[in-house]
Amino acid sequence: MSYTQLKRVDLIFDTEATTKDILQTAWSKTNEQIVNELLESGLKGRGGAGFPTAMKWKFTSEQAEKERYVICNADEGEPGTFKDREILFKVPQKVFGGMAVCAKVIGATQGFVYLRGEYRFLLKELQKQLDDFHAILKALSINFNITIIMGSGAYICGEESALFESMEGKRGEPRNKPPYPTIAGFRSKPTVINNVETLVYAFMITKHGAKKFKDLGTADSRGSKVFSISGDTPKAGIYELELGMTVDQFVEEFGDGDTKAVQVGGASGFCVPRKKFKDTIIGFEGVPTGGSMMLFNSSRSMYNVLHNYLEFFEEESCGQCTPCRVGCQQLIKGIEAVKKGEKHAVYLDQLMKLSQTMKITAKCGLGQSVANSFSSIVDNFKEEMIY
Amino acid sequence: MAKNINIKIDGITVSVPEGTTILEAARQLNIQIPTLCYHEDLCIAGNCRVCVVELKGARTLPASCAMPVSEGMDVLTNTLKVRTARKHIIELLLSEHNAQCTTCYKNGKCELQDLASEYKISNGETFIDLVPSKNYQIDSYSPSIIKDDSKCIRCQRCVRTCEELQHVSALGVAYKGDKMKISTFFENPMFEVVCTNCGQCVNRCPTGALIERNYIDQVWDAIYDENTHVVVQTAPAVRVALGEDLGIETGEIVTGKMVTALKRLGFNSVLDTDFTADLTIIEEGNELLTRLKRALVDKDPSVRLPMATSCSPGWIKFIEHTYPEYLDNLSTCKSPQQMFGALAKTYYAQKRKIDPAKIISVSIMPCTAKKFEADRPEMRSSGYKDVDFVLTTRELAVMIKQAGLDFGKLPESDFDSIMGQSTGAAVIFGATGGVMEAALRTAYEVVTGREVPFDDLNITPVRGMDGVREAAVTISGTKPEWSFLEGATLKTVVAHGLVNAKKVMDSVRDGKADYHFIEIMACPGGCLGGGGQPVPTNKEIREKRAKAIYQEDAGKPIRKSHENPEIIGIYAEFLKEPLGHKSHELLHTHYKARQRY
Repeated sequence: MSYTQLKRVDLIFDTEATTKDILQTAWSKTNEQIVNELLESGLKGRGGAGFPTAMKWKFTSEQAEKERYVICNADEGEPGTFKDREILFKVPQKVFGGMAVCAKVIGATQGFVYLRGEYRFLLKELQKQLDDFHAILKALSINFNITIIMGSGAYICGEESALFESMEGKRGEPRNKPPYPTIAGFRSKPTVINNVETLVYAFMITKHGAKKFKDLGTADSRGSKVFSISGDTPKAGIYELELGMTVDQFVEEFGDGDTKAVQVGGASGFCVPRKKFKDTIIGFEGVPTGGSMMLFNSSRSMYNVLHNYLEFFEEESCGQCTPCRVGCQQLIKGIEAVKKGEKHAVYLDQLMKLSQTMKITAKCGLGQSVANSFSSIVDNFKEEMIY
Repeated sequence: MAKNINIKIDGITVSVPEGTTILEAARQLNIQIPTLCYHEDLCIAGNCRVCVVELKGARTLPASCAMPVSEGMDVLTNTLKVRTARKHIIELLLSEHNAQCTTCYKNGKCELQDLASEYKISNGETFIDLVPSKNYQIDSYSPSIIKDDSKCIRCQRCVRTCEELQHVSALGVAYKGDKMKISTFFENPMFEVVCTNCGQCVNRCPTGALIERNYIDQVWDAIYDENTHVVVQTAPAVRVALGEDLGIETGEIVTGKMVTALKRLGFNSVLDTDFTADLTIIEEGNELLTRLKRALVDKDPSVRLPMATSCSPGWIKFIEHTYPEYLDNLSTCKSPQQMFGALAKTYYAQKRKIDPAKIISVSIMPCTAKKFEADRPEMRSSGYKDVDFVLTTRELAVMIKQAGLDFGKLPESDFDSIMGQSTGAAVIFGATGGVMEAALRTAYEVVTGREVPFDDLNITPVRGMDGVREAAVTISGTKPEWSFLEGATLKTVVAHGLVNAKKVMDSVRDGKADYHFIEIMACPGGCLGGGGQPVPTNKEIREKRAKAIYQEDAGKPIRKSHENPEIIGIYAEFLKEPLGHKSHELLHTHYKARQRY
């Protein structure tokens, strides 16, 4: 097998143009131009769910209510994801820039960065950078202000509606949807909420135009993406790669030669076993990811991996809806019972059905996505669950 | 006008206004969708997920209670996918729930039990029992409410009730994930937090997690004890709701049957809280007029106006916690229950020549806060505990069933005497606005010598179910001793549900209102919607009970408290005069400032 390196991209971390230049470029365009470029680029949300960014902005800009907000979701909590931390550390002004462009499009004058509680160490520098950014806005006579709000350490607050609740000073619990944030988000006003990385891409697309981004990737997964690579790999770290590779290609470059599974998309993502490496594309046509890529070699027990994920979900569920709160407890207790021989192996089938119920009945994405790792690990590593 | 949306549910087309939920639309078609966290009085939570339905074209099964209809929706409520999901959810709830149903106080009255039965959940299929690993706690310190976390299904009806209807927020959600629970400030017992004991959470809890502390066995013991003389009083709102728990149509008045039942249960004397409701009107009406006189004529700066009613113990505890600086605005009158208790062991004991030490005084109340009220240290002015045991309407229904009485077929009988006679003015104490109306009927007549200028004594502006209702009565043609009130307009306001009490008190505090007299009842609808009333409760049920109350009033031969012959009698031979020495000793009380946290 020939060794070919995956294509590196440098849209996120490049610093050749200044924030001020890009802002000036953006302000030379009409809102319609900006939205059309974004639409043309095919940019989808980088937080994991993959909603077309242009549509979010457009829907929000079309609301009758004029009080609108743009929020940067920097509550990066998915296990195995650490790329937003790097982006905020290295190019914070591009994040703020993306927010400013969004604010221009939707007509907002106030933005917020909701920063993960564990990233408090970033706050001091981030605030300094933000002050500089506000100075640039002032110089350009742009009426927009950003406030940084600290999270308090709950994973669920990365879910957009729980994030709004948290920002409003309430308990971080997901809301019923509809209404969606574009209609009623923060303070029940039209709100664009984007992931850190998405905002930087939007900013860079405004600078370069759609083509540079669109030429990368596949039909369903345009552009590039920042990956957080961890686990059994000699090259752990953060990489911006073109989308469209298969897991096989990925493992070829980042594996340690003994990779038996890759968990794509963190605890709420899918586990891809070795036999499926070749046929699985990393992207919206295959397995989507918010950036987390965890590699496991043959020394790892997939039971332990799953148990670890379930412990995480059991604790991080907000607890309000039945399928998630009790379902997570049953899944973890269930695999423990099978492992100990207290329940027969066929009990796993019942748990699989339960996880499917969770997937279709849980109130928010957290509970709905527990089934992803559960079913893909149990399905592919059943013997490890039992023996 | 909202525009109409056309959708299909189980193949049936229906057109409903925009904003209607799938659940509401289905109910219009008489398609039943099970619910647990949903309650008509509360905001939508959408957290139990039992009401999920299939929506063609959607990946997930939305909760029908939380999903608004949209044009062309094709909804299926009874597919294999839906049934499997619902069954899973019920099984999950049961796995977390202490399902010792046979020994549960709510056995037979539990919504989770009903669903388990409907979906035929069998033991073999259920998931691992999580209860042993949970370290659940029972909080049984309160004299009113027992909270058993092991029965809780986290639907948050209680949390929403406490916050939305009562603005108390004694109950809230604590922790997350598997440790998520309904708790109080710093997890203190209910007895030590801002809980007003109103019991509205008890009324809405679908399981046995929140129940009233019941005193059924203690009351049976007293009845069977031959050395005691057990008197029972029944609150105005009980007679319009008791039937609901005994197979009788909502809104039917069962006063006569109730009296017969109480006699057959073995109470020595079946008396009426309505008697002391009339007495309250005399004392409170005179107190109001005295305060007005001291404020207007004597210019006494120590007089506090507006004066607020003090019949509702939930409201009393609320103001003690929330507006302690306004305690002097409360009428010093005890509630009718406590006036009755104090008189039972003094006046009644003397008249009937019974040693008060041998009297056990029981009250039947629509209320859980009354249990707390009876336990207050101030409530021993007879030298004994004035009211020994308080039973809710629900507990009385249980006793009637335990005694094997076929309630529907019982003949009617009258209250015993003395302290059994009452007027229409007393009956309406059970509805929001009733105390105000009764007080105005008497006060106006005291001042002018004429009846209130309303058609057939019905002071309709203070009636109804709006949260806050203002009414003004202009006084003219006063008697000479009340001439200082000539031409004055008496401004009154009525509020029910503590969230509305807050609105009224805030406007008083902020100087935005110049009321003279405020009536506040802690519970939605007043006592008829009390925390001790039969379950379920909703607006329609409360309106039916209210209608029954006003019907009972209209049918009474005497409808003004001061014309009650027994009231005239008690002043002549025992109390001497309103606000007199004896009254102060037995019928009036004081309050205690409490902290919010």
